[in-house]
Amino acid sequence: MEKFETVLYEKKAGVATLTLHRPDSFNAFTPLMNKEIIVAVTDADRDSDVRCIVITGAGRAFCAGEDIGNVDEHTNHATFLRERYHPMVKALRVVSKPTIAAVNGVAAGAGMSLALLCDFRLVHHKTKFVSAFMEIGLIPDSGFIYVLPRLVGYAKALEIATLGRPISGKEAFEFGLATELVEFNEWDDAVAAFAGKIAGMPTKAFSLVKRYMMDSMHLPFEEALEQEAQAQRIAGLTEDHQEGLQAFREKRKPKFVGK
Amino acid sequence: MGKFINVRTEAEGTIGVIELNRPKRLNALNRKMIEEIASQMEAFDNDPRIRVIVLQGNERAFAAGADIEEMMKESPLSFELADPFAIWDRFMSVNKPVIASVSGFALGGGFELALHCDLIIAAENAQFGFPEVNLGVMPGAGGTQLLTRSIGKRKALELIWLGEHISAEVALELGVINWVVAPEIIEEETMRLAGKLADQAPIAVRLIKEAVGKAEDLPLQDGLTLERKNFYLTFDSADQKEGMQAFIEKRAAHFKGE
Repeated sequence: MEKFETVLYEKKAGVATLTLHRPDSFNAFTPLMNKEIIVAVTDADRDSDVRCIVITGAGRAFCAGEDIGNVDEHTNHATFLRERYHPMVKALRVVSKPTIAAVNGVAAGAGMSLALLCDFRLVHHKTKFVSAFMEIGLIPDSGFIYVLPRLVGYAKALEIATLGRPISGKEAFEFGLATELVEFNEWDDAVAAFAGKIAGMPTKAFSLVKRYMMDSMHLPFEEALEQEAQAQRIAGLTEDHQEGLQAFREKRKPKFVGK
Repeated sequence: MGKFINVRTEAEGTIGVIELNRPKRLNALNRKMIEEIASQMEAFDNDPRIRVIVLQGNERAFAAGADIEEMMKESPLSFELADPFAIWDRFMSVNKPVIASVSGFALGGGFELALHCDLIIAAENAQFGFPEVNLGVMPGAGGTQLLTRSIGKRKALELIWLGEHISAEVALELGVINWVVAPEIIEEETMRLAGKLADQAPIAVRLIKEAVGKAEDLPLQDGLTLERKNFYLTFDSADQKEGMQAFIEKRAAHFKGE
Protein backbone atom coordinates (compact mmCIF):
# COMPACT_ATOMS: atom_id res chain seq x y z
CA MET A 1 0.00 0.00 0.00
CA GLU A 2 1.06 3.57 -0.71
CA LYS A 3 2.37 5.77 2.08
CA PHE A 4 0.44 8.97 2.44
CA GLU A 5 1.28 12.20 4.26
CA THR A 6 -1.88 14.26 3.97
CA VAL A 7 -4.53 11.57 4.05
CA LEU A 8 -5.22 8.43 6.04
CA TYR A 9 -6.32 5.38 4.16
CA GLU A 10 -7.80 2.29 5.74
CA LYS A 11 -9.71 -0.72 4.52
CA LYS A 12 -12.19 -2.65 6.62
CA ALA A 13 -14.89 -5.13 5.60
CA GLY A 14 -15.21 -3.93 2.03
CA VAL A 15 -15.11 -0.23 2.96
CA ALA A 16 -12.10 1.95 2.13
CA THR A 17 -12.02 5.13 4.17
CA LEU A 18 -9.99 8.07 2.97
CA THR A 19 -9.61 10.69 5.69
CA LEU A 20 -8.28 14.09 4.71
CA HIS A 21 -5.73 14.64 7.40
CA ARG A 22 -4.58 18.19 7.89
CA PRO A 23 -6.80 19.00 10.85
CA ASP A 24 -4.84 22.12 11.84
CA SER A 25 -5.68 23.66 8.46
CA PHE A 26 -9.27 22.38 8.35
CA ASN A 27 -8.03 19.81 5.81
CA ALA A 28 -7.45 22.47 3.17
CA PHE A 29 -6.02 21.08 -0.05
CA THR A 30 -2.33 21.13 -0.80
CA PRO A 31 -0.77 20.00 -4.09
CA LEU A 32 0.30 16.80 -2.35
CA MET A 33 -3.17 16.19 -0.96
CA ASN A 34 -4.73 16.56 -4.42
CA LYS A 35 -2.30 13.90 -5.67
CA GLU A 36 -2.74 11.59 -2.71
CA ILE A 37 -6.51 11.66 -3.13
CA ILE A 38 -6.06 10.55 -6.74
CA VAL A 39 -3.74 7.70 -5.75
CA ALA A 40 -5.97 6.57 -2.89
CA VAL A 41 -9.27 6.52 -4.80
CA THR A 42 -7.64 4.92 -7.85
CA ASP A 43 -6.13 2.20 -5.64
CA ALA A 44 -9.42 1.65 -3.89
CA ASP A 45 -11.21 1.41 -7.21
CA ARG A 46 -8.78 -1.27 -8.45
CA ASP A 47 -8.74 -3.20 -5.17
CA SER A 48 -11.18 -6.09 -5.50
CA ASP A 49 -11.66 -6.19 -1.71
CA VAL A 50 -13.10 -2.67 -1.74
CA ARG A 51 -16.79 -2.22 -2.54
CA CYS A 52 -17.40 1.26 -1.19
CA ILE A 53 -15.22 4.35 -0.67
CA VAL A 54 -15.82 6.83 2.14
CA ILE A 55 -14.20 10.27 2.05
CA THR A 56 -14.19 12.24 5.28
CA GLY A 57 -12.14 14.81 7.17
CA ALA A 58 -10.05 14.59 10.35
CA GLY A 59 -11.01 16.91 13.20
CA ARG A 60 -13.81 19.43 12.98
CA ALA A 61 -13.86 20.20 9.26
CA PHE A 62 -14.53 18.10 6.18
CA CYS A 63 -12.38 20.20 3.87
CA ALA A 64 -11.83 23.94 3.71
CA GLY A 65 -10.98 23.88 -0.01
CA GLU A 66 -8.03 25.74 -1.42
CA ASP A 67 -5.97 27.85 0.93
CA ILE A 68 -6.49 31.29 -0.62
CA GLY A 69 -3.10 32.28 0.71
CA ASN A 70 -1.82 30.42 -2.36
CA VAL A 71 -3.74 32.61 -4.78
CA ASP A 72 -2.51 36.08 -5.66
CA GLU A 73 -2.40 38.53 -8.54
CA HIS A 74 0.20 36.39 -10.33
CA THR A 75 -2.02 33.31 -10.38
CA ASN A 76 -3.26 32.06 -13.73
CA HIS A 77 -6.48 30.54 -12.49
CA ALA A 78 -7.04 28.38 -15.56
CA THR A 79 -3.59 26.82 -15.33
CA PHE A 80 -4.06 26.42 -11.60
CA LEU A 81 -7.26 24.44 -12.12
CA ARG A 82 -5.96 22.38 -15.02
CA GLU A 83 -2.84 21.34 -13.14
CA ARG A 84 -3.94 21.21 -9.51
CA TYR A 85 -7.63 20.35 -9.39
CA HIS A 86 -8.81 18.85 -12.64
CA PRO A 87 -6.76 15.65 -12.38
CA MET A 88 -8.37 15.02 -8.97
CA VAL A 89 -11.84 15.92 -10.21
CA LYS A 90 -11.47 13.60 -13.22
CA ALA A 91 -10.17 10.78 -11.03
CA LEU A 92 -13.19 11.10 -8.73
CA ARG A 93 -15.57 11.20 -11.64
CA VAL A 94 -14.32 7.93 -13.13
CA VAL A 95 -14.26 5.97 -9.87
CA SER A 96 -16.56 3.07 -10.59
CA LYS A 97 -17.30 2.08 -7.01
CA PRO A 98 -19.81 3.85 -4.80
CA THR A 99 -18.36 6.92 -3.09
CA ILE A 100 -19.70 8.49 0.09
CA ALA A 101 -18.75 11.91 1.40
CA ALA A 102 -19.14 11.72 5.16
CA VAL A 103 -19.30 15.48 5.60
CA ASN A 104 -18.22 15.76 9.21
CA GLY A 105 -18.02 19.56 9.37
CA VAL A 106 -17.43 22.50 7.06
CA ALA A 107 -17.12 21.71 3.36
CA ALA A 108 -16.07 24.96 1.74
CA GLY A 109 -15.07 25.96 -1.78
CA ALA A 110 -13.35 23.10 -3.59
CA GLY A 111 -13.98 21.07 -0.43
CA MET A 112 -17.68 21.40 -1.19
CA SER A 113 -16.95 20.38 -4.78
CA LEU A 114 -15.24 17.27 -3.44
CA ALA A 115 -18.39 16.35 -1.51
CA LEU A 116 -20.52 17.01 -4.60
CA LEU A 117 -18.36 14.64 -6.67
CA CYS A 118 -19.26 11.73 -4.40
CA ASP A 119 -22.35 9.60 -4.98
CA PHE A 120 -23.81 10.19 -1.51
CA ARG A 121 -23.41 12.83 1.15
CA LEU A 122 -23.97 12.06 4.82
CA VAL A 123 -24.38 15.03 7.14
CA HIS A 124 -25.05 15.90 10.77
CA HIS A 125 -26.43 18.99 12.43
CA LYS A 126 -23.07 20.75 12.52
CA THR A 127 -22.25 20.07 8.88
CA LYS A 128 -22.01 23.20 6.78
CA PHE A 129 -21.64 23.57 3.01
CA VAL A 130 -20.17 26.88 1.93
CA SER A 131 -19.66 27.82 -1.68
CA ALA A 132 -17.20 30.52 -0.78
CA PHE A 133 -16.13 31.33 -4.31
CA MET A 134 -18.35 34.31 -5.11
CA GLU A 135 -17.32 36.05 -1.92
CA ILE A 136 -13.90 36.61 -3.47
CA GLY A 137 -15.23 37.32 -6.93
CA LEU A 138 -14.57 33.86 -8.37
CA ILE A 139 -16.86 31.16 -9.68
CA PRO A 140 -17.45 27.77 -8.05
CA ASP A 141 -14.96 25.36 -9.61
CA SER A 142 -13.66 21.80 -9.56
CA GLY A 143 -16.73 20.42 -11.30
CA PHE A 144 -19.16 22.28 -9.03
CA ILE A 145 -21.26 23.98 -11.71
CA TYR A 146 -21.45 20.80 -13.77
CA VAL A 147 -22.43 18.47 -10.99
CA LEU A 148 -24.64 20.56 -8.72
CA PRO A 149 -27.53 21.24 -11.13
CA ARG A 150 -27.53 17.53 -11.93
CA LEU A 151 -27.87 16.75 -8.22
CA VAL A 152 -30.47 19.28 -7.11
CA GLY A 153 -31.90 20.93 -10.23
CA TYR A 154 -30.97 24.18 -11.88
CA ALA A 155 -32.85 26.70 -9.75
CA LYS A 156 -31.48 25.45 -6.45
CA ALA A 157 -28.00 24.99 -7.93
CA LEU A 158 -27.89 28.54 -9.22
CA GLU A 159 -29.02 29.82 -5.85
CA ILE A 160 -26.31 27.87 -4.05
CA ALA A 161 -23.60 28.78 -6.54
CA THR A 162 -24.26 32.50 -6.51
CA LEU A 163 -25.81 33.53 -3.22
CA GLY A 164 -23.16 31.84 -1.14
CA ARG A 165 -25.35 31.43 1.91
CA PRO A 166 -24.02 28.57 4.08
CA ILE A 167 -26.18 25.47 3.91
CA SER A 168 -26.69 23.52 7.10
CA GLY A 169 -26.70 19.75 7.17
CA LYS A 170 -30.39 19.79 7.98
CA GLU A 171 -31.18 22.03 5.04
CA ALA A 172 -29.01 19.95 2.67
CA PHE A 173 -30.89 16.86 3.76
CA GLU A 174 -34.26 18.55 3.29
CA PHE A 175 -33.68 19.59 -0.30
CA GLY A 176 -32.07 16.32 -1.27
CA LEU A 177 -28.37 17.16 -1.43
CA ALA A 178 -27.63 14.84 1.49
CA THR A 179 -28.82 11.26 1.79
CA GLU A 180 -28.90 10.97 5.59
CA LEU A 181 -29.03 13.47 8.42
CA VAL A 182 -27.43 11.92 11.46
CA GLU A 183 -27.33 12.90 15.12
CA PHE A 184 -23.89 14.28 15.93
CA ASN A 185 -23.21 11.74 18.70
CA GLU A 186 -24.19 8.84 16.45
CA TRP A 187 -22.02 10.00 13.56
CA ASP A 188 -19.33 7.30 13.40
CA ASP A 189 -21.79 4.44 13.79
CA ALA A 190 -24.20 5.90 11.28
CA VAL A 191 -21.47 6.42 8.68
CA ALA A 192 -20.19 2.88 9.23
CA ALA A 193 -23.70 1.46 8.97
CA PHE A 194 -24.47 3.33 5.75
CA ALA A 195 -21.11 2.42 4.21
CA GLY A 196 -21.59 -1.19 5.26
CA LYS A 197 -24.97 -1.27 3.58
CA ILE A 198 -23.56 0.17 0.36
CA ALA A 199 -20.60 -2.25 0.45
CA GLY A 200 -23.11 -5.12 0.51
CA MET A 201 -24.80 -4.05 -2.69
CA PRO A 202 -24.27 -5.56 -6.14
CA THR A 203 -21.24 -3.37 -6.82
CA LYS A 204 -21.08 -3.91 -10.57
CA ALA A 205 -24.71 -2.94 -11.06
CA PHE A 206 -24.12 0.13 -8.88
CA SER A 207 -21.14 1.14 -10.96
CA LEU A 208 -23.17 0.86 -14.16
CA VAL A 209 -25.91 3.09 -12.77
CA LYS A 210 -23.43 5.78 -11.82
CA ARG A 211 -21.50 5.43 -15.06
CA TYR A 212 -24.55 6.22 -17.17
CA MET A 213 -27.03 8.16 -15.07
CA MET A 214 -25.37 11.55 -14.78
CA ASP A 215 -24.51 11.73 -18.48
CA SER A 216 -28.01 10.56 -19.39
CA MET A 217 -29.13 14.05 -18.38
CA HIS A 218 -27.61 15.51 -21.51
CA LEU A 219 -27.92 12.60 -23.95
CA PRO A 220 -30.62 12.06 -26.54
CA PHE A 221 -33.20 9.53 -25.35
CA GLU A 222 -32.27 6.94 -27.99
CA GLU A 223 -28.61 7.03 -27.00
CA ALA A 224 -29.45 6.72 -23.34
CA LEU A 225 -31.67 3.73 -24.11
CA GLU A 226 -28.85 2.06 -26.03
CA GLN A 227 -26.52 2.59 -23.07
CA GLU A 228 -29.19 1.13 -20.83
CA ALA A 229 -29.37 -2.00 -22.98
CA GLN A 230 -25.61 -2.50 -22.87
CA ALA A 231 -25.41 -1.79 -19.14
CA GLN A 232 -28.21 -4.24 -18.42
CA ARG A 233 -26.43 -6.88 -20.49
CA ILE A 234 -23.32 -6.37 -18.37
CA ALA A 235 -25.31 -6.51 -15.13
CA GLY A 236 -27.10 -9.59 -16.43
CA LEU A 237 -23.76 -11.36 -16.74
CA THR A 238 -22.77 -10.80 -13.09
CA GLU A 239 -22.71 -13.41 -10.33
CA ASP A 240 -24.75 -10.99 -8.25
CA HIS A 241 -27.60 -11.15 -10.73
CA GLN A 242 -27.62 -14.95 -10.50
CA GLU A 243 -27.54 -14.70 -6.73
CA GLY A 244 -30.38 -12.18 -6.79
CA LEU A 245 -32.53 -14.49 -8.89
CA GLN A 246 -31.69 -17.49 -6.74
CA ALA A 247 -32.47 -15.62 -3.52
CA PHE A 248 -35.75 -14.39 -4.97
CA ARG A 249 -36.77 -17.95 -5.83
CA GLU A 250 -35.73 -19.21 -2.42
CA LYS A 251 -37.45 -16.28 -0.71
CA ARG A 252 -34.31 -15.25 1.16
CA LYS A 253 -32.10 -12.16 1.25
CA PRO A 254 -29.44 -12.14 -1.49
CA LYS A 255 -25.81 -12.19 -0.49
CA PHE A 256 -23.98 -10.12 -3.09
CA VAL A 257 -20.25 -10.47 -3.68
CA GLY A 258 -19.77 -7.47 -5.95
CA LYS A 259 -18.96 -9.46 -9.07
CA MET B 1 -2.04 -18.31 -37.07
CA GLY B 2 1.00 -16.07 -36.90
CA LYS B 3 3.46 -15.23 -34.18
CA PHE B 4 1.89 -11.88 -33.41
CA ILE B 5 -1.75 -12.53 -34.20
CA ASN B 6 -4.49 -14.98 -33.25
CA VAL B 7 -7.08 -15.90 -35.83
CA ARG B 8 -10.56 -17.34 -35.45
CA THR B 9 -13.95 -17.27 -37.13
CA GLU B 10 -17.35 -16.50 -35.66
CA ALA B 11 -21.00 -16.73 -36.68
CA GLU B 12 -20.77 -20.05 -38.52
CA GLY B 13 -17.59 -19.04 -40.23
CA THR B 14 -18.95 -15.84 -41.78
CA ILE B 15 -16.90 -13.45 -39.65
CA GLY B 16 -13.12 -13.67 -39.70
CA VAL B 17 -11.43 -12.29 -36.59
CA ILE B 18 -7.81 -11.19 -36.43
CA GLU B 19 -6.63 -10.46 -32.91
CA LEU B 20 -3.36 -8.63 -32.38
CA ASN B 21 -1.41 -10.60 -29.86
CA ARG B 22 1.59 -8.85 -28.46
CA PRO B 23 0.04 -7.95 -25.11
CA LYS B 24 3.26 -7.28 -23.21
CA ARG B 25 4.07 -4.47 -25.64
CA LEU B 26 0.51 -3.14 -25.79
CA ASN B 27 0.39 -4.60 -29.30
CA ALA B 28 3.12 -2.27 -30.58
CA LEU B 29 3.28 -2.91 -34.31
CA ASN B 30 6.40 -4.35 -35.87
CA ARG B 31 6.93 -5.25 -39.50
CA LYS B 32 6.33 -8.93 -39.02
CA MET B 33 3.03 -8.20 -37.31
CA ILE B 34 1.80 -5.92 -40.09
CA GLU B 35 2.77 -8.55 -42.62
CA GLU B 36 0.88 -11.22 -40.69
CA ILE B 37 -2.21 -9.01 -40.46
CA ALA B 38 -2.11 -8.22 -44.19
CA SER B 39 -1.65 -11.87 -45.15
CA GLN B 40 -4.48 -13.01 -42.91
CA MET B 41 -6.75 -10.28 -44.22
CA GLU B 42 -6.02 -11.43 -47.76
CA ALA B 43 -6.69 -15.03 -46.76
CA PHE B 44 -10.08 -14.03 -45.33
CA ASP B 45 -10.75 -11.90 -48.38
CA ASN B 46 -10.22 -14.97 -50.58
CA ASP B 47 -12.24 -17.31 -48.36
CA PRO B 48 -15.74 -17.47 -49.88
CA ARG B 49 -17.39 -18.27 -46.52
CA ILE B 50 -16.09 -15.10 -44.84
CA ARG B 51 -18.27 -12.02 -45.26
CA VAL B 52 -16.84 -9.61 -42.72
CA ILE B 53 -13.36 -9.19 -41.24
CA VAL B 54 -12.83 -7.94 -37.69
CA LEU B 55 -9.52 -6.61 -36.45
CA GLN B 56 -9.19 -6.34 -32.69
CA GLY B 57 -6.60 -5.84 -29.96
CA ASN B 58 -7.01 -6.68 -26.31
CA GLU B 59 -8.60 -4.96 -23.33
CA ARG B 60 -5.78 -2.49 -22.72
CA ALA B 61 -4.76 -1.68 -26.25
CA PHE B 62 -5.83 -2.04 -29.83
CA ALA B 63 -2.27 -1.13 -30.73
CA ALA B 64 -0.15 1.46 -28.97
CA GLY B 65 1.97 2.62 -31.86
CA ALA B 66 4.95 1.26 -33.67
CA ASP B 67 7.88 -0.59 -32.22
CA ILE B 68 10.16 2.36 -31.43
CA GLU B 69 13.16 0.17 -30.62
CA GLU B 70 12.89 -1.49 -34.01
CA MET B 71 12.71 1.94 -35.61
CA MET B 72 15.68 3.56 -33.86
CA LYS B 73 18.10 1.52 -35.95
CA GLU B 74 16.76 2.94 -39.20
CA SER B 75 18.34 5.44 -41.57
CA PRO B 76 16.58 7.20 -44.45
CA LEU B 77 18.19 4.83 -46.91
CA SER B 78 17.46 1.68 -44.92
CA PHE B 79 13.83 2.82 -44.81
CA GLU B 80 13.80 3.60 -48.51
CA LEU B 81 15.27 0.23 -49.46
CA ALA B 82 13.08 -1.85 -47.18
CA ASP B 83 10.06 0.46 -47.62
CA PRO B 84 8.31 -1.10 -44.62
CA PHE B 85 5.17 1.02 -44.86
CA ALA B 86 4.46 -0.24 -48.37
CA ILE B 87 3.03 -3.42 -46.81
CA TRP B 88 0.19 -1.24 -45.57
CA ASP B 89 -1.00 -0.75 -49.15
CA ARG B 90 -2.15 -4.35 -49.10
CA PHE B 91 -4.91 -3.35 -46.65
CA MET B 92 -6.31 -1.06 -49.33
CA SER B 93 -7.06 -3.85 -51.75
CA VAL B 94 -9.19 -5.92 -49.39
CA ASN B 95 -12.66 -6.12 -50.91
CA LYS B 96 -14.62 -7.31 -47.90
CA PRO B 97 -15.69 -5.00 -45.10
CA VAL B 98 -13.12 -4.65 -42.32
CA ILE B 99 -14.19 -3.53 -38.85
CA ALA B 100 -11.69 -2.31 -36.27
CA SER B 101 -12.76 -3.09 -32.71
CA VAL B 102 -10.82 -0.76 -30.41
CA SER B 103 -10.38 -1.06 -26.64
CA GLY B 104 -7.81 1.05 -24.85
CA PHE B 105 -5.06 2.69 -26.86
CA ALA B 106 -5.06 3.19 -30.61
CA LEU B 107 -2.03 5.41 -30.96
CA GLY B 108 0.26 6.25 -33.83
CA GLY B 109 0.55 3.16 -36.02
CA GLY B 110 -2.34 1.66 -34.03
CA PHE B 111 -4.57 4.59 -34.98
CA GLU B 112 -3.37 4.26 -38.58
CA LEU B 113 -4.26 0.59 -38.55
CA ALA B 114 -7.78 1.43 -37.34
CA LEU B 115 -8.08 4.13 -40.02
CA HIS B 116 -7.24 1.53 -42.66
CA CYS B 117 -10.40 -0.31 -41.63
CA ASP B 118 -13.81 0.57 -43.05
CA LEU B 119 -15.67 0.92 -39.78
CA ILE B 120 -14.45 1.53 -36.25
CA ILE B 121 -16.22 0.45 -33.08
CA ALA B 122 -14.63 1.63 -29.85
CA ALA B 123 -15.04 0.96 -26.15
CA GLU B 124 -15.80 3.95 -23.92
CA ASN B 125 -12.24 3.73 -22.59
CA ALA B 126 -10.62 3.88 -26.02
CA GLN B 127 -8.09 6.61 -26.72
CA PHE B 128 -6.94 7.71 -30.13
CA GLY B 129 -4.02 9.89 -31.06
CA PHE B 130 -0.92 10.55 -33.10
CA PRO B 131 1.97 11.07 -30.65
CA GLU B 132 4.64 10.92 -33.40
CA VAL B 133 5.20 14.69 -33.30
CA ASN B 134 6.29 14.35 -29.66
CA LEU B 135 9.18 12.19 -30.88
CA GLY B 136 10.16 14.68 -33.54
CA VAL B 137 8.67 12.66 -36.38
CA MET B 138 5.25 12.28 -37.97
CA PRO B 139 2.78 9.59 -38.99
CA GLY B 140 4.17 7.54 -41.86
CA ALA B 141 1.68 4.79 -42.54
CA GLY B 142 -1.22 6.82 -43.82
CA GLY B 143 -2.13 8.91 -40.77
CA THR B 144 -2.01 12.34 -42.39
CA GLN B 145 -3.91 11.16 -45.46
CA LEU B 146 -6.55 8.96 -43.92
CA LEU B 147 -7.37 11.16 -40.93
CA THR B 148 -7.67 14.23 -43.15
CA ARG B 149 -10.05 12.40 -45.44
CA SER B 150 -12.00 11.34 -42.42
CA ILE B 151 -12.37 14.64 -40.52
CA GLY B 152 -10.99 17.40 -42.72
CA LYS B 153 -7.78 19.40 -42.69
CA ARG B 154 -8.21 21.64 -39.66
CA LYS B 155 -9.16 18.97 -37.16
CA ALA B 156 -6.56 16.60 -38.59
CA LEU B 157 -3.84 19.21 -38.17
CA GLU B 158 -4.93 19.91 -34.61
CA LEU B 159 -4.72 16.25 -33.65
CA ILE B 160 -1.49 15.44 -35.45
CA TRP B 161 0.31 18.67 -34.47
CA LEU B 162 -0.57 18.61 -30.80
CA GLY B 163 -0.07 14.87 -30.42
CA GLU B 164 -2.68 14.63 -27.67
CA HIS B 165 -5.02 11.73 -27.09
CA ILE B 166 -8.73 12.02 -27.77
CA SER B 167 -11.42 9.98 -26.06
CA ALA B 168 -13.82 7.65 -27.84
CA GLU B 169 -16.58 10.18 -27.18
CA VAL B 170 -14.68 12.95 -28.96
CA ALA B 171 -13.65 10.60 -31.78
CA LEU B 172 -17.32 9.76 -32.27
CA GLU B 173 -18.29 13.43 -32.39
CA LEU B 174 -15.58 14.08 -34.98
CA GLY B 175 -16.83 11.21 -37.10
CA VAL B 176 -13.55 9.28 -36.92
CA ILE B 177 -15.36 6.28 -35.49
CA ASN B 178 -18.81 4.76 -35.88
CA TRP B 179 -19.88 3.48 -32.47
CA VAL B 180 -18.96 3.69 -28.81
CA VAL B 181 -19.92 0.79 -26.57
CA ALA B 182 -19.37 -0.37 -23.00
CA PRO B 183 -15.87 -1.88 -22.61
CA GLU B 184 -17.13 -5.02 -20.88
CA ILE B 185 -19.10 -6.16 -23.92
CA ILE B 186 -17.20 -4.72 -26.85
CA GLU B 187 -16.57 -8.18 -28.34
CA GLU B 188 -20.23 -9.08 -28.20
CA GLU B 189 -21.28 -5.71 -29.63
CA THR B 190 -18.65 -5.99 -32.36
CA MET B 191 -20.02 -9.38 -33.34
CA ARG B 192 -23.57 -8.03 -33.29
CA LEU B 193 -22.66 -5.24 -35.69
CA ALA B 194 -20.43 -7.49 -37.80
CA GLY B 195 -23.29 -9.99 -37.91
CA LYS B 196 -25.69 -7.34 -39.23
CA LEU B 197 -23.22 -6.53 -41.98
CA ALA B 198 -22.64 -10.23 -42.70
CA ASP B 199 -26.38 -10.63 -43.31
CA GLN B 200 -26.36 -8.00 -46.06
CA ALA B 201 -25.95 -9.05 -49.67
CA PRO B 202 -22.18 -9.61 -50.00
CA ILE B 203 -21.93 -8.53 -53.63
CA ALA B 204 -23.78 -5.29 -52.95
CA VAL B 205 -21.60 -4.73 -49.86
CA ARG B 206 -18.47 -5.26 -51.96
CA LEU B 207 -19.56 -2.91 -54.76
CA ILE B 208 -20.63 -0.28 -52.22
CA LYS B 209 -17.19 -0.45 -50.59
CA GLU B 210 -15.55 0.14 -53.95
CA ALA B 211 -17.84 3.03 -54.89
CA VAL B 212 -17.64 4.80 -51.52
CA GLY B 213 -13.87 4.27 -51.44
CA LYS B 214 -13.49 5.87 -54.83
CA ALA B 215 -15.67 8.82 -53.84
CA GLU B 216 -12.66 10.23 -52.03
CA ASP B 217 -10.34 9.83 -55.01
CA LEU B 218 -12.21 10.35 -58.25
CA PRO B 219 -13.57 13.49 -59.87
CA LEU B 220 -17.34 13.55 -59.28
CA GLN B 221 -18.34 12.56 -62.80
CA ASP B 222 -16.02 9.53 -62.75
CA GLY B 223 -17.37 8.57 -59.34
CA LEU B 224 -20.95 8.85 -60.53
CA THR B 225 -20.14 6.71 -63.55
CA LEU B 226 -18.46 4.07 -61.40
CA GLU B 227 -21.41 4.04 -59.03
CA ARG B 228 -23.82 3.59 -61.91
CA LYS B 229 -21.79 0.70 -63.36
CA ASN B 230 -21.64 -0.97 -59.97
CA PHE B 231 -25.38 -0.53 -59.56
CA TYR B 232 -25.93 -2.18 -62.95
CA LEU B 233 -23.53 -4.94 -61.93
CA THR B 234 -25.63 -5.86 -58.86
CA PHE B 235 -28.34 -6.93 -61.31
CA ASP B 236 -26.17 -9.84 -62.34
CA SER B 237 -26.45 -11.32 -58.83
CA ALA B 238 -28.90 -13.87 -57.49
CA ASP B 239 -29.04 -11.74 -54.35
CA GLN B 240 -30.59 -8.86 -56.30
CA LYS B 241 -33.36 -11.20 -57.46
CA GLU B 242 -33.81 -12.60 -53.96
CA GLY B 243 -33.76 -9.13 -52.38
CA MET B 244 -36.39 -7.70 -54.66
CA GLN B 245 -38.53 -10.84 -54.56
CA ALA B 246 -38.45 -10.83 -50.75
CA PHE B 247 -39.45 -7.15 -50.76
CA ILE B 248 -42.47 -7.91 -52.96
CA GLU B 249 -43.41 -10.90 -50.83
CA LYS B 250 -42.95 -8.86 -47.64
CA ARG B 251 -40.49 -11.34 -46.11
CA ALA B 252 -36.88 -11.10 -44.98
CA ALA B 253 -34.34 -11.66 -47.71
CA HIS B 254 -31.78 -14.40 -47.44
CA PHE B 255 -28.61 -13.52 -49.30
CA LYS B 256 -26.12 -16.09 -50.52
CA GLY B 257 -23.44 -13.90 -51.98
CA GLU B 258 -24.13 -15.15 -55.49
